[in-house]
Amino acid sequence: MRTATLSDASALATAPKGRSLWADARRRFFRNRAAVAGLVVLALIAAFALLGPWIAPWDYEEIDWAVLGSVETMGRPSLETGHWFGTDQLGRDLFARTVQGTQISLMVGIVGALIAVVVGTLYGSVAGYFGGRVDGAMMRVVDVLMSIPYMFVLILLLVVFGRSILMLFVGIGLISWLDMARIARGQTLALRGKEFVEAAIATGVHPFRIILRHIVPNLLGVIIVYATLLVPSMIIYESFISFLGLGVQEPLTSWGALINDGAAEMRNGTSWQLLFPLGFFVAGLFAFFFIGDGLRDALDPKDR
Amino acid sequence: MLAFILRRLLVAIPVLILLVVVTFVLMYAAPGSPFATERGVPPQVLANLEREYGLDRPFLAQIGTYIWNIVSDFDFGPSFVYRDQDVNDLIAQGFPVTLTYGFWAFVLAVLVGGTLGIVAAVRQNSWLDYLAVGISIGAQVLPNFVLAPILVLIFTLWLGWLPGGGWQGGQWEFVIMPVVALGTSFMASIARIARASMLEVLSSNFIRTARAKGLPGRRIILRHALKPALLPVISYLGPAFVGMITGSVVIDIYFSTGGIGQFFVASALNRDYGVMMGITVLLGALTILFNLLVDIAYAWIDPKIRY
Repeated sequence: MRTATLSDASALATAPKGRSLWADARRRFFRNRAAVAGLVVLALIAAFALLGPWIAPWDYEEIDWAVLGSVETMGRPSLETGHWFGTDQLGRDLFARTVQGTQISLMVGIVGALIAVVVGTLYGSVAGYFGGRVDGAMMRVVDVLMSIPYMFVLILLLVVFGRSILMLFVGIGLISWLDMARIARGQTLALRGKEFVEAAIATGVHPFRIILRHIVPNLLGVIIVYATLLVPSMIIYESFISFLGLGVQEPLTSWGALINDGAAEMRNGTSWQLLFPLGFFVAGLFAFFFIGDGLRDALDPKDR
Repeated sequence: MLAFILRRLLVAIPVLILLVVVTFVLMYAAPGSPFATERGVPPQVLANLEREYGLDRPFLAQIGTYIWNIVSDFDFGPSFVYRDQDVNDLIAQGFPVTLTYGFWAFVLAVLVGGTLGIVAAVRQNSWLDYLAVGISIGAQVLPNFVLAPILVLIFTLWLGWLPGGGWQGGQWEFVIMPVVALGTSFMASIARIARASMLEVLSSNFIRTARAKGLPGRRIILRHALKPALLPVISYLGPAFVGMITGSVVIDIYFSTGGIGQFFVASALNRDYGVMMGITVLLGALTILFNLLVDIAYAWIDPKIRY
């Protein structure tokens, strides 16, 4: 027996190397110029967020007293003062604040998307796998939650339970898993009738083990695509909340809060306070969208 | 069809009640009295105020009265901060404004976006197609709270063509930027959806049959392709409506248009629970009603749906 498996293995090694689904997808992804450009831009933004604090000559909380009071003239972006992006209205260095805001926005986007994907996938695959009444009841809950203007409820939550990053995560996570649940359910319905699931049932595998070991791995392609597209919408949600002044609290900041600050002050001739955060916001979202589109084209062979 | 509508209505009512209950429970559970101030209010005064607003009664009695007043008199109760105005006054003041620019933004999104998407698909790979695709990609990263400052920066501060805020009874130069800021991202989404579905329909067998029969192109597009191509657009209208209602908060704050969103955020910052709850319930009801209309329209147009 042992020799037989060994010779099998060596025969496999000499045979032409097969291409796995993932290798194929990777090749397709890297042929997509927009997606690769998105990846590069995103890497640059991530590097900016991670390395920024060591490069910046100023701290994001520190007020430059020399600038305060005459921000329109003294706070302009310049290399001499060390305020490469200028200062905000309180004389704080905008470069350091943009670094800090980028960290928060990326974190909110990624963590929010992660919560949504985990909760949504489990919920949807359970509903789809069990079907029948369970499915009906679980998806009705999703329908009900979807028809509520969640942003108002989220604002309500933030006001009632106080504003904190944790509450923001909970609130955004609570509403954003709904789409994912629907997608996962639909895919699970299609997988449930497949032979490998039947085989697992026949050998007596526990239903939740089937879901975790056999269904969810097969949903991975869809999940990855959706998660990448979810990150920018999480960032947009957070920015929206911060724009209303209900998101992250001073001295912390985020892209949305910075855009809000800049937009409030731009009438005083300090348009750099709007344009720098706005540039990062737009570039970051573009990057995520292009990567998401590229992944979808790479992982979803239906479209070709 | 009537049975379908009735059944959908029966589902909508519990949803609405759930929304009211959730909002009410949140408000009830909120720590601190809405009348407490930083200087501190004598306990006797606080108790009197709470009795005046009925806040000392048991929970079920409070929520019962609240729902009953809405159902019977369309009365959303008093504001806890503005003593001389109740929630109905604020809604009457702000809602027409929101409705005006919301309506035009919706028209912009559906008519311009839909036309753009359809034309782009019919003339695939023409300059019009590239323009439509370009706009829809660009607008993805320009949600209303980003587009609004950009518009003001360009058209008010640099060019000086349009006023940067205010409402003035709804003169066009005050309406135009709110409408564009609110509607553009939805216009782009609708254009993208309409283009994709039109492309799919145009490559389907029944269109090939129509072409083979020698029907004129215009007739194929308008009589045969348009209706099935618009179905995904219709199902997007529900989420678009929710998005616009949410977006109106940004528009009201940024352009000081005096719409309902301004009161909502002001009440959120003031802890004016009466107003917050009233606006949430009203807009929630509108959303549910609109989704119902969308469902009915969908069932009416799509012959595949059995009800």
